[in-house]
Amino acid sequence: MARLIEKTPCEALLPVTCGALSLREVVGDRITSVAPFRGQATKLAAALKKLGLSWPEPNSANAKNGASIVWTGRDQAFLIGADPDSLAGHAALTDQSDGWARIRLEGPGAADVLARLVPVDLRGFEPGQALRSQLGHMMMVLTAPAPGAFEIMVFRSMATTAVHELHHAMKAFAARSAV
Amino acid sequence: MRITCPLCGTRDRREFYYYGDAVYADRPAGGAAPAAWDDYLHLRDNPAGETRDLWYHEAGCSAWIEVTRNTVTHAILSTRLVAERGGTDGAAPKPRTKGKSA
Repeated sequence: MARLIEKTPCEALLPVTCGALSLREVVGDRITSVAPFRGQATKLAAALKKLGLSWPEPNSANAKNGASIVWTGRDQAFLIGADPDSLAGHAALTDQSDGWARIRLEGPGAADVLARLVPVDLRGFEPGQALRSQLGHMMMVLTAPAPGAFEIMVFRSMATTAVHELHHAMKAFAARSAV
Repeated sequence: MRITCPLCGTRDRREFYYYGDAVYADRPAGGAAPAAWDDYLHLRDNPAGETRDLWYHEAGCSAWIEVTRNTVTHAILSTRLVAERGGTDGAAPKPRTKGKSA
């Protein structure tokens, strides 16, 4: 059998820094799309509670002990960093671990960098919030893992473009700040 | 131009894909007369004023939205999820599982 070499989505692209801003890849967590079956909301909520989580309202996320659940659309959320088996029967579960590139942007001015790429005002965006929008022309899931830090999820196939766009915006922001 | 997604809130127009008049969601029943299908497929009003159309929040939450807007003033008057609009002819796709919506 062929010996396959596992690569992360942003292999050889990250990390990069630009002044006090840093861009690095987040890897390793299991990502599962959770789409509740009709009539299963209560049982799903109970199953999530055992993980320390709750079903997220639109534009929100919650986390506990390294596991998190992020709203990603109507009747859909991503369970990240947790085993989804206990949710089986209550929701359609789809493994998406290898489908996404996760990129963490942090440092002073991170919101200003994203302002160049995202058509949403991110000043005041904080942990507990989540949104679907665009990064350039790419579909994106955005969360805030810590105050002043952003986690950007884009399709894995878009990893190179996403890193390029973000790094370009970081350099432009740094240049502007130096004037 | 900004459109209020019922889920995401007010967003830039670039996140949305325009689909056309909201009558496209009112599909004729299976045995409807050819004239009804002709009307459904080809005939559209072109109002100067209030109109309703379908938009897809393509670069956002992927929800289909019915937008009521004014073609003269460009004002967005109201928005709601197509899913909450309800079928008018019972021809909506049947859910794969039974029971109430989660």
